[in-house]
Amino acid sequence: MNAPFYKYGLFNDEVSLIVAVLIGIGFGFFLERAGFGSARKLAAQFYFTDMTVLKVMFTAVVTAMIGLYYLSVFGVVDLSLVYLTPTFLLPQVVGGLLLGFGFVIGGYCPGTSCVAAATGKYDGWVYLLGMFLGILVFGELFPLVEKFYYMTPMRTVTLPQVLGLPYGLIVFLVSVMAVGAFAAAEWGERKMAAKKAEEKS
Amino acid sequence: MESLPSLDELKPKPYMNPYFAGIGLGLVLLASFVIMGRGLGASGAFSSAAAWLVQQIAPKHAASNNFYAEYLGDGSVHPLKDWLVFEVIGLFIGGFLSAKLAHRVKGGIEKGPRFGNRQRLLFAFLGGGLMGIGAKLARGCTSGQALTGGAVLNLGSWAFMMSVFAGGYALAYFLRRQWI
Repeated sequence: MNAPFYKYGLFNDEVSLIVAVLIGIGFGFFLERAGFGSARKLAAQFYFTDMTVLKVMFTAVVTAMIGLYYLSVFGVVDLSLVYLTPTFLLPQVVGGLLLGFGFVIGGYCPGTSCVAAATGKYDGWVYLLGMFLGILVFGELFPLVEKFYYMTPMRTVTLPQVLGLPYGLIVFLVSVMAVGAFAAAEWGERKMAAKKAEEKS
Repeated sequence: MESLPSLDELKPKPYMNPYFAGIGLGLVLLASFVIMGRGLGASGAFSSAAAWLVQQIAPKHAASNNFYAEYLGDGSVHPLKDWLVFEVIGLFIGGFLSAKLAHRVKGGIEKGPRFGNRQRLLFAFLGGGLMGIGAKLARGCTSGQALTGGAVLNLGSWAFMMSVFAGGYALAYFLRRQWI
């Protein structure tokens, strides 16, 4: 079996758009199941009262990472054909910080705001409008920020390449780190719940 | 009376266990890698829509701007006939379906008890705007960079993910009235 299927020409562009809708449905389904249509639940991550964002996100990353790694080890998936965005370190770090600010101010990220909007949340729709205008502002200012946008180019580069360690070892280390983060999250949630109960009594 | 659903049936169901939801999400992402050779995304679809809108209003202006030009392509394919645009349509459908099945489709505004509705909507708008700018600077959002790039161990995505958490925690204290 040769995967990614699309890259091996198993189906054309028209079919890929049907696949897109189906994958999007799965994406939206699990985001909503996790509670990510609720800005309060998402924002609680930043107050340590509900660490669902961290748990869902790292579980998803680890699941896909391990799955992809083993599929490539067994020769099912050609990893070199899986798309990687090139790294531009500085603009990505600054963009990430802006996204973090926007997350705690707006209560959503772009994907979760779609789920909020689809489930009837007015703040989800307003957020989407704001995001759309933000993209237009970025587009209009692009000639001014273009230089910064292309700063610190590092091409497509992965953690194993930067650290000079085997891919499988990084997969293992990230998994261990995730389990540690889950334990810390569970501990923190219990701690916060106990504190809250104490304040009430 | 018997044909009416009981109150219990209409009550919103509790959310899924976060680890199971994460595994589900991870398998969707894995399926996308295996079938398409690419991951998930969200903000990119809105960039295509923004580029298309500018092209409708001011075609010359859009063509002279490298950001829009990237999303408009060479003109052989309609800018909205894009993989991410269709994926985001699915995202809306999937979110709605899940909420509908769990009786969670409900109008309203998400906020803490101490915060006003108008204030909250203003903050949603401003936060959205900031996210739009940040996501474009970072070449993707939590879906396209953190989730997707995280799973393929992309260096820029991991740096991005840590920055998102850092930015959120740095500002959280000043916004606590909105949420708690």
